[in-house]
Amino acid sequence: MQTALIIEQLLNGLQFGVMLFLMAAGLTLIFGVMGLINLAHGSLYMVGAFACATVAAWTGSFWLGLIASLAAAAAAGAIVELVVIRRLYERDHLDQVLATFALILIFSEGTRWVFGSFPLYLDIPALLQGTVPLPGGSRYQLYRLAIIGAGVAVAIGLFLLISKTRLGMRIRAGESDREMIGALGVDVATLYTLVFALGAALAGLAGAMVGAIQSVQVGMGEPVLILAFVVIVIGGIGSIKGALIGAILVGVTDTMGRFLLPQTLMLFMPPSQAALIGGAIASMLIYLLMAVVLALRPRGLFPASG
Amino acid sequence: MASRETIFNLMLAVLLLAVPVWASYGGEPFYVTLATRIAILSLAAVGLNIALGLGGLVSFGHAAFFGIGGYAAGILASHAFSGDPLIFGLPGTKQMIVIWLVATGAGGLAAFLIGLITLRTSGVYFIMITLAFAQMIFYFAISWPAYGGEDGLPIYVRNAFPGVNTLAPLPFFLICYGLLAGGLVLFKLFQDSRFGAALQAVRQNELRVASVGIAPYRIKLAAFVISGMLTAIAGALFADLNRFVSPSMLSWQMSGELIVLIILGGTGRLFGPVAGAMVYVLLEYWLGGVTERWQFFLGLILLGVVLFARGGLIGLIAGRARHG
Repeated sequence: MQTALIIEQLLNGLQFGVMLFLMAAGLTLIFGVMGLINLAHGSLYMVGAFACATVAAWTGSFWLGLIASLAAAAAAGAIVELVVIRRLYERDHLDQVLATFALILIFSEGTRWVFGSFPLYLDIPALLQGTVPLPGGSRYQLYRLAIIGAGVAVAIGLFLLISKTRLGMRIRAGESDREMIGALGVDVATLYTLVFALGAALAGLAGAMVGAIQSVQVGMGEPVLILAFVVIVIGGIGSIKGALIGAILVGVTDTMGRFLLPQTLMLFMPPSQAALIGGAIASMLIYLLMAVVLALRPRGLFPASG
Repeated sequence: MASRETIFNLMLAVLLLAVPVWASYGGEPFYVTLATRIAILSLAAVGLNIALGLGGLVSFGHAAFFGIGGYAAGILASHAFSGDPLIFGLPGTKQMIVIWLVATGAGGLAAFLIGLITLRTSGVYFIMITLAFAQMIFYFAISWPAYGGEDGLPIYVRNAFPGVNTLAPLPFFLICYGLLAGGLVLFKLFQDSRFGAALQAVRQNELRVASVGIAPYRIKLAAFVISGMLTAIAGALFADLNRFVSPSMLSWQMSGELIVLIILGGTGRLFGPVAGAMVYVLLEYWLGGVTERWQFFLGLILLGVVLFARGGLIGLIAGRARHG
């Protein structure tokens, strides 16, 4: 029974980590290529979730909603990049923080304006409802396994995109020397818009997939955004590989901490106190992890070169 | 001949004092409360301005110190109220002066510990890590039920200051205004001191500072600690103003708001935080009266300021700063 529970929690941690990876990959890509810190990335996650919930409610199809979430988040990302973000590349990080903070206010309040303050609900698609057996006798939600699968597929796709395609080559070139690739005839402005839209689409996809297990509401993006920051700081800003490993590390640490810490403390203190202290420490665990990583390696586990 | 900035600063200082005094005698206590809010947020932002404006340390986690100050006031007052000893048999207190000392101590200690780790990094890492540490304290406050947890902690009666009736709006405003004035004097002394010169040099070129034999890390850490202390006092006042502390004082939105105040007013300027807080609080009040969706328009205005009005309000009025 205990092993089954541990496997279940490990899978939960993995699912959480995969979802964080989708957020962190976009953030780290945008930072790596354009040098931009984007606080509004959580808003794009929210846009994806709302688009998916709305389209799924209209058409009755989760899959159409998923496509809509990708399209809506990518479109929102492209528009934001064209109107606001491209004026910020030359600015310092302080201006970027403030401008994207303002974007969060606009996105959150705008969404509340259109959809109201009540959360929307999104059902798990019929195909992925139900559970699968786990070794040890318990059962696990099929949908969560599907999220893990989708995340792994995106990670592989992203790796192939960056390392094997012409676009990926340009992205990597843009990371190391943007003036040079501009001089070689690459349209840098369009490349930046594309990268931003790609990052936005990944965030939107994450929002849509998570929307089916949590409620879809204004402000859902910011807690995830902050965790994604922790992930890329641990992994090394600008590194996709770092984002993947950091995300899994954070997802599993957080989930297992919340599960194991109270139980461990219960061995040598009364249960109510153990739950209290365990819960409080568990909620801080990933930040402690980050502090330790930084104390040992100030530029993260896999610092991007340059 | 005083510069335009000095004249403008003096006008701001007089305005912030005159309006609440006038409102108080005109029977409009609400405006006194609004001015108190401006004074307290200004003080918090003056604290942040030491790290951010002078030292170039973009801390996105100053809500941590603001909230720690607030909780210092709340926790001490709740122990004084219930009569339970706090720790090692020490009682709580309702004396503001003691509370401010504890708030500065706690805020300074937190800033020291956070600074030890975060100042090893710089640039975008620093922004994200200060944010993450503030979140860590935020989640701790939410999940620790002893002092209200998610619901926050009420302060039943506003804390006391010798010889002053703090329950009336105007005397409490004057206390806050006095502390803000103290904070501004400190900022100015700090800016013109040898230490302040070193700190500003670190912002401009860390390598060069190191090469003339000054250790940048220690300078930055000291500045970060002082900055956290000032913001913590403001937090204690803010808790007394609302007679309530909650984890929202520790939230990342609060950190963002403090940065907004500084940039709105003018980064690194003595009165930047004051001008920023005035505009921000009045905008919030005015927009809130006009539309329920005030945050949307506030966002648009902020975006406009960042994109088109660099140097903030004081930059617009007094011309570009000499500091680079």
